Amino acid sequence: MIALSDYLILSAIVFCIGLAGIFINRTNIIMLLMCVELILAAVNTNFIAFSYYSGDVAGQIFVFFILTVAAAEVAIGLAILTLMYRNRGSIDVDVTNSLKG
Amino acid sequence: MMENIYLTLALAPLVGSLIVGLAGNRLGRTLSHTITILGVAISTVLALYVFNHHVLEGGDVFNENLYTWMQIGGLNISVGFLVDNLTSVMLVIVSFVSLMVHIYTIGYMHDDDGYTKFFSYISLFTFAMFILVMSNNFMQLFFGWEAVGLVSYLLIGFWHGKESAVEANLKAFLVNRVGDFGFLLGIAVLLMFFDTLDYAETFALADQVNGQTIFGDMSVITVICLLLFVGAMGKSAQVPLHVWLPGSMEGPTPISALIHAATMVTAGIFMVSRMSPIFELSDVALTVVMCIGAITALFMGLLGIVQNDIKRVVAYSTLSQLGYMTVALGVSAYSVAIFHLMTHAFFKALLFLAAGSVIVAMHHEQDIRKMGNLRKKMPITYITSLVGTLALIGFPGFAGFFSKDMIIEAVHFSNLPFAEWVYYAVVAGVFITALYSFRMFFLVFHGKSRVDHHTEEHLHETAPSITAPLIMLAIPSAVIGYFTIEPMLFTGWLDNAITINLEAHGSVAALKEHFHSAMGLITHSVMTLPFWMMVGGIATAWLFSLYRTQWADAIQKRFRRTNYVLESLYGFDRFNEVVFVRGSKKLGDILWRISDMAIIDQFVVNGSARFARFVGSVIRPVQTGYLYHYAFFMIIGLMLVLTWVLVSGNTPLIDLGS
Repeated sequence: MIALSDYLILSAIVFCIGLAGIFINRTNIIMLLMCVELILAAVNTNFIAFSYYSGDVAGQIFVFFILTVAAAEVAIGLAILTLMYRNRGSIDVDVTNSLKG
Repeated sequence: MMENIYLTLALAPLVGSLIVGLAGNRLGRTLSHTITILGVAISTVLALYVFNHHVLEGGDVFNENLYTWMQIGGLNISVGFLVDNLTSVMLVIVSFVSLMVHIYTIGYMHDDDGYTKFFSYISLFTFAMFILVMSNNFMQLFFGWEAVGLVSYLLIGFWHGKESAVEANLKAFLVNRVGDFGFLLGIAVLLMFFDTLDYAETFALADQVNGQTIFGDMSVITVICLLLFVGAMGKSAQVPLHVWLPGSMEGPTPISALIHAATMVTAGIFMVSRMSPIFELSDVALTVVMCIGAITALFMGLLGIVQNDIKRVVAYSTLSQLGYMTVALGVSAYSVAIFHLMTHAFFKALLFLAAGSVIVAMHHEQDIRKMGNLRKKMPITYITSLVGTLALIGFPGFAGFFSKDMIIEAVHFSNLPFAEWVYYAVVAGVFITALYSFRMFFLVFHGKSRVDHHTEEHLHETAPSITAPLIMLAIPSAVIGYFTIEPMLFTGWLDNAITINLEAHGSVAALKEHFHSAMGLITHSVMTLPFWMMVGGIATAWLFSLYRTQWADAIQKRFRRTNYVLESLYGFDRFNEVVFVRGSKKLGDILWRISDMAIIDQFVVNGSARFARFVGSVIRPVQTGYLYHYAFFMIIGLMLVLTWVLVSGNTPLIDLGS
């Protein structure tokens, strides 16, 4: 029997991998998007686990919404990315610091 | 009935002033002076009627508020009239002298461009003075007080093309501000303790407030009296606030006669007499009043001896005579002060107008060293001047004799501290008065003519509009003292306006005891010290200005230092220049450096800019522009908030304690 805590640990690990990816990754914005997806996946895992163990399907329905929103977000993110590459000739994270004060 | 008369009396000059002031150019000269003179003439007639009603027929005191100006809480500030015998006497003096000056102005200002404006101003002044003497509360008194100050400012600087006139009017204005500030403070303290500004209510409460203290252990009454007297010192030109009056001679002569001799400068004397119920409660204040008066009377008279400007000699004698009045106030002889105020108003207006007549005849030459032997050319001016001078020095029988003699006697009977010294000062003052008055008189009208030829040819008696007021003023200057001394001082003309604490201050009562008749005073006078002082003064004046003129020069050389002190006017002007003018310039400079340049410019304005820049320089590095830094801070922030939510509160979601 797989306990709830196992799911939560798994999701925490995935979340931390995603987070570490955002912080550590310095080269590619696509990697950032992928890491964001990992974080969302961790959240989704939590939702499904809690939903299953508490017998409430609302959590699973919520996951669908999150997946939809994530898909849209990635679509827009990739579009922005394409434009950015066209304008700047680079998608390097270390170079995109024009907000610097 | 009476109310309308009072209103007409006060407002007639104002109406005249406004009409001429606003439309003077269109009305032309003749119409302008007709209108203003008519206004003042109406006032004069009504003043005589009021005088008759109150003083001679013993009418009831009129004390009513006519209009409520404002109501602040329980404090009612009204426009109202208090007309009693004191007011009636003042009204007659002011309106009569003013009327004479109006008529005189026709001749004196004949060639002046500001003819109509001048008439407007002097009528306005008359109105202000009426308001001052008729008011029944301190607010209205203050209004009149400031209004006469304003008109005085306008008139001293009437010839505003002359730099010295502009300086003099500024000086007069500023010195008067000092006095008025004290006056205003006095009114404020009075309001604080009495809770009313009405005269009658104030006087009724005076006994209640007497004994209360302020600033530790100072008597409230003394503080009020001294502050009010500071105001009187400003207006009535007492040492050390006298410096503006000699300077005010820069104005046209009718003004010197009207404002700086007969009326405005008497405002302080009038005010203290009006406040007699309060002043009577403070011996300290009375002593101060008396001493200041004595200092002014003696030392300002001394300055008259060394002056060579005909108007300045008269100006210093005005200061000296105001000192006499103030001394009379100090020894609680208020009625004597008012008596001297009245006689002085007539003979001093006369002397000034006579001086003006001489100035006109001499084509605006004012130096008495360049005159001499004018008596043949100007007989009317000569005779009227003689009357005025005799009245001023107190020659037995003339107006000034009675009033000045009464002041000296009142001081003699006073039991205030220092009264003995003051007595010697005022007696010495008689000698000095006679000396400078006759010095001027001899130099102008007798001796060898020192007039230059060109002027000599044109020298003749002045126009009737100038000589008529001289004659009209010479009559009261000669006789008014004789006729009014008894009723005014002893049979109670002023009793319903003046309160004297007879037990403590018995000088008037003692005067009454010794008084038999006006004639008796004259015959008795040859045996008194003041009479011989006066004779000595005349003799000395004759000796030095006619008989042996070279002696005067010799004395001047021998006593160079004394002469220097007198000619530099005791250094009051110098002191004011160094301490107040340069001092305030320096203070302004320091304030400009410290508060303007340092605090406002450097600290507040530039400082806030620098502060913003500093904060920016500290915070700017945080904005790196790298996405992962923003994400990191978001996560950290989120964690902190989450931790806070979990562990805080009375029932935390995660209990770390157990």
